[in-house]
Amino acid sequence: MSLTKDLPKGNRIIVSVLGLDRVGIISGVTAVLAVNGINILDISQTIMQEYLVMVMIADMEGSKVDLADLKKQLNQKGQELGIRIDAQHEDAFNFMHRI
Amino acid sequence: MLTIHEILETIKMVQDENLDIRTITMGISLRDCSHPDVETACSNIYEKITRLASRLEEVGEDIAREYGIPIVNKRISVTPISLVAEASQTSDYLPFAQALDRAAQAAGVNFIGGFSALVHKGFSQGDSKLINSIPETLSATERVCSSVNVATTRAGINMDAVCQMGQVIKETARLTAKEDALGCAKLVVFANVPEDNPFMAGAFHGIGEPECVINVGVSGPGVVRHAVERAHSSDFGALAETIKKTAFKVTRMGELVGRTAAEKLGVPFGIVDISLAPTPAVGDSVAEILEGMGLERCGTHGTTAALAMLNDAVKKGGAMASSYVGGLSGAFIPVSEDAGMIRAVKEGALSLDKLEAMTCVCSVGLDMIAVPGDTSAETISAIIADEVAIGVVNQKTTAVRVIPAPGKKVGDHVEYGGLLGQAPVLAVNPFSSDRFVRRGGRIPAPINSLRN
Repeated sequence: MSLTKDLPKGNRIIVSVLGLDRVGIISGVTAVLAVNGINILDISQTIMQEYLVMVMIADMEGSKVDLADLKKQLNQKGQELGIRIDAQHEDAFNFMHRI
Repeated sequence: MLTIHEILETIKMVQDENLDIRTITMGISLRDCSHPDVETACSNIYEKITRLASRLEEVGEDIAREYGIPIVNKRISVTPISLVAEASQTSDYLPFAQALDRAAQAAGVNFIGGFSALVHKGFSQGDSKLINSIPETLSATERVCSSVNVATTRAGINMDAVCQMGQVIKETARLTAKEDALGCAKLVVFANVPEDNPFMAGAFHGIGEPECVINVGVSGPGVVRHAVERAHSSDFGALAETIKKTAFKVTRMGELVGRTAAEKLGVPFGIVDISLAPTPAVGDSVAEILEGMGLERCGTHGTTAALAMLNDAVKKGGAMASSYVGGLSGAFIPVSEDAGMIRAVKEGALSLDKLEAMTCVCSVGLDMIAVPGDTSAETISAIIADEVAIGVVNQKTTAVRVIPAPGKKVGDHVEYGGLLGQAPVLAVNPFSSDRFVRRGGRIPAPINSLRN
């Protein structure tokens, strides 16, 4: 029996964005996802002190790239915008916070 | 759906609080590698390890990337070599260690454990040959780790082995004197050794284990320390609750990584070792957790109680998070690998005697402790005897990894860098134990071993 198989199937990722708020962050990140055929399922954001924290849940089912490539593209976009962008498989969070 | 706060909590643990998976360790049985001819046996060993572990490094990297959690070490443990080499017609077991060393290098792992013998009740021929080969092995190889189990609750303490290990440790220190006795950092003397421990230097693949298995060691002292700090005004009940919840989350990550690694490598998943394993990195210290509970320095009065409570809460939280908990599974207190312990020793707050007391309530024992270079083999044996007695009577694992640092005295330190860190030299008792350790024979099993 595999515990990992009990989790909701699919290829969902968490994209996290952290940095000083400025114009164009959401459009910059979503453009990278759109170009690669990745569907955004949920976006939430909050401002902590002067920092923007944004988290997206996205579906990689129709993606043209794998997670490693996507991470590279997001890191690059992050450097352009002066913020930190990362993508991780959703299981890492589900496993920690859901029993 | 996950909340933004849950997602941020996980990211913060990794980014700011040093959460990582300390090791993915592949256990490999070498029982089918025995052969009367040494060269054939060694090539069997090399071939089997490199075949089974060929994708270990790559799979570890993949998982780290996918889940965004660092996996610090990929390691290998094997069947105790005393069992594998016993059929070979030789008394020198160095070639077996060299085969392990080459295989570890080829597989891209920094340590391989299993140059080991289990002698708690006595020595077989292979055991004696292996123990005699330990000093040369640890000086002539880079990645090989060695361990010897000298006592169990069921068998008692093999004092002949305890006496001999004092000499083996001294000789290992002499042969690796140029590197501050680095060989001794790769040698552990155990009581009640676990057969599925993923952590070095004491890992080996026990005889009750399957052909090949994946065991995982989690980390997380930094995460627990932050949680303890956030609970600074709570009473002990609430504090224990906070630690349990945190340990649960940390262990879940280990469970996920272990299961995923086993699935990708096509081998069974063994256990998660829920030990709190510190590193010399700032903030990744068990001592600092104890200090966060309200002790001015680790080692002062109250330290044993604080550690007992921490160790228990970690086990309670961790046990709920994993379907199979095993290995050592308790807080580690290696002096050289924990910045808070190093500071406590340097400031005179923490002594060898207090460390011994602390090992009564946690795993694993007197770990990475430097003592003066002129400490006698008999005194080292007596230190081992004390420590294994604690394990035997309390039905728990204890171990000794002690470094008699050549040419060093109290106030000096040995420096290894990396995960092994820096160890200040601790004072030992100046009075002799010679006549006691030379008495020979076996200390009988304690009455509480008679449980049938």
